[in-house]
Amino acid sequence: MRFERRLDQPRWLMVAVPVGSIVVAFGLMAVVLLVTGHSPIATYRRLFDAAFFANGALTSTLVFCTPIVFTGLAAAAAFRMQLYNIGGEGQFYFGAIAGVGIALYLGDHGVQSTPVFVVAMVAAGMLAGAAWGAIPGILRAFFKTNEIITSLMLNYVAGLLLTYLIIDSKSYWRDLESFEGQTFPLGKSISEEAQWPSWSLGSVLVPLGFGLAIVVAIVLWFAYSRTRFGFELQVIGDSQQTARFAGMRLRRKILAVMCISGGIAGIGGASYEGDFAYQIDPTGLQSSFFGYTGIVVAALARFNPIAVVPIGFLLGGLQNAGFTLQGADFPSGLVGVMQGLILFCALGAEVLVRYRLRFGRRAVRADRAAEATS
Amino acid sequence: MTPLVAAGVNDSFLVLILASAVLYGTPLLFAALGELLTERSGVLNLGVEGMMLVGAVMGFWAVQSLDAGGSGSLAAALVVAAVAGALMALIHAFLVITLRANQIVSGLALTIFAGAAGLSSYLGDDLDLAGEPAKHSFSSIDVLGLGDLPVVGPIVFDQSALVYLSWLCVLVIGVYLARTRPGLDLRAVGESPATADAMGIGVTLHRYLHTLAGGALAGVGGACFSLQITPQWVNGLTGGAGWIAVALVIFAFWRPDLCLVGAYLFGAFSALPLLLQARGWLTEVPAEVFNSLPYVMTIVVLVAVSSGAAKRRLGAPAALGVPYVREER
Repeated sequence: MRFERRLDQPRWLMVAVPVGSIVVAFGLMAVVLLVTGHSPIATYRRLFDAAFFANGALTSTLVFCTPIVFTGLAAAAAFRMQLYNIGGEGQFYFGAIAGVGIALYLGDHGVQSTPVFVVAMVAAGMLAGAAWGAIPGILRAFFKTNEIITSLMLNYVAGLLLTYLIIDSKSYWRDLESFEGQTFPLGKSISEEAQWPSWSLGSVLVPLGFGLAIVVAIVLWFAYSRTRFGFELQVIGDSQQTARFAGMRLRRKILAVMCISGGIAGIGGASYEGDFAYQIDPTGLQSSFFGYTGIVVAALARFNPIAVVPIGFLLGGLQNAGFTLQGADFPSGLVGVMQGLILFCALGAEVLVRYRLRFGRRAVRADRAAEATS
Repeated sequence: MTPLVAAGVNDSFLVLILASAVLYGTPLLFAALGELLTERSGVLNLGVEGMMLVGAVMGFWAVQSLDAGGSGSLAAALVVAAVAGALMALIHAFLVITLRANQIVSGLALTIFAGAAGLSSYLGDDLDLAGEPAKHSFSSIDVLGLGDLPVVGPIVFDQSALVYLSWLCVLVIGVYLARTRPGLDLRAVGESPATADAMGIGVTLHRYLHTLAGGALAGVGGACFSLQITPQWVNGLTGGAGWIAVALVIFAFWRPDLCLVGAYLFGAFSALPLLLQARGWLTEVPAEVFNSLPYVMTIVVLVAVSSGAAKRRLGAPAALGVPYVREER
């Protein structure tokens, strides 16, 4: 077998590769299921049923995939420039904390208009996420510190902050008045006016956050592919040296991208609270792994913001089904295994996009031809 | 003869924290040594956290289901954990060495695939491991009867077999890298694969073997949690230790002896909150402040290492993260 570098990448492969890798991943997952004594067909049927076809499944899938689309966009924004921000998880928590915080504050001060709440929560979530994302950004820009490790470590710190706010302190976010809140540590709920509206499309409810995610995806796509800013990012991503010689300001761009990425993840956190959770729930937030799933989504979308939306919808659906079905004959972690397999297959398939494979005699003949001409 | 033991010294805070630093640093040491071998061959594997968790769950499963007596089943469990970790590393090796995939994304994929939301959780759930304590666990053995010596006794002589095994690993890997032919070949592969290839060293083979060895050591490191520190199966019990191990390799300038120092430093940060709690000290400071110490200190040390004197990434293999393609060199 021989690898031959492709000079041009055929367009059909761009679609065939992700679709093919999802199919292969489902095949591999079937092997895992068989080995561990589960029936693949029955499991897949239940999974897709719970994700997309059952009554109300689409509505809950849309709610569930919204945070994943946001974290996917956050990862895509950074990874595209070879900045590996894997702190989406922590930036998401910060968005949630700030979003709930401002909603509680406005509620306490007599604000009752939903649009005011929505705008304030989005702004607060974005700022908090961007601030948390700026830490690894500053460290990377000014000290050349590996952003992969710093952004990841900050996820754990953010997780501990959640625990502190709700379980280990009497913070503003904790419910200290209701009966349940006094017996068990619980987050304070935002007022009813602060809950985000949704549109109904037939029998399906589309949460406001999902619409917002689509808008963010379009803006991000425009900024990255149609503006000077995006062009410079592309140059920096491809070659830092070229960018420096061309007089681009690397540090500023690194910082800007980390803030954009963190800000998008932060909006995700705020929308998760406004659309669905309505209060800070440390275990719920930390056991959903929204930030990490976002990385899978972004990689499958090949860091294209528009593609993040459908892929986020698909993986969000699977994750939603995983949580619905979790139980005795449906092990937790199954969906995570599947997401990992899909990503592995997509990574492996990348080689088909970049190289042409030749097998057997034809490879030998091609070798000889190459020798003869050289 | 008067007893050598000065009463109370061995119960002092300093001795206790150093002894627990060794305990909590051991999984970091195993994982960091493994990652060091992998990176020395030029392969970056960010899947350490995932490999550790799979090692932890499979090692725990082996102890629960094998019936070979205490030390027999513990030894078998370490082998199972190592094999499980190596199998995880094989996925990464195949993707990045044979298929030339992006090493960073593939390592992240491995952590997602195997980590707290993936295979380790799936296996723990499916094999029904949670909730029970380990049937056998590693406990300290007073090898030479010197465990009661003041200060050094509890720190050095009263540790578990895992700790002694990790010291052996440091020694063996140190000698391997500096004094043996395969070890020198390995360094050549990590520094300049094209040169190594021209010398007739098998680049692909070296990279595969050392990625697998890295996975095996990460698996053993994971088993330290489920068979000694915790000792039971809790989903995600490593709590980021795999990532700290990746950072440790950078602090240690890719040297095994410095890995040992770094691992115990971070072991001390992990042990500190528990000891403070046990003593009832500093209870007015929220526990989360101390719990976040290992993570915050990782960032601080990483910043210190990446700026200032050590700016040039001293000791980093030159070809780290770069796939080797003979046709395109």
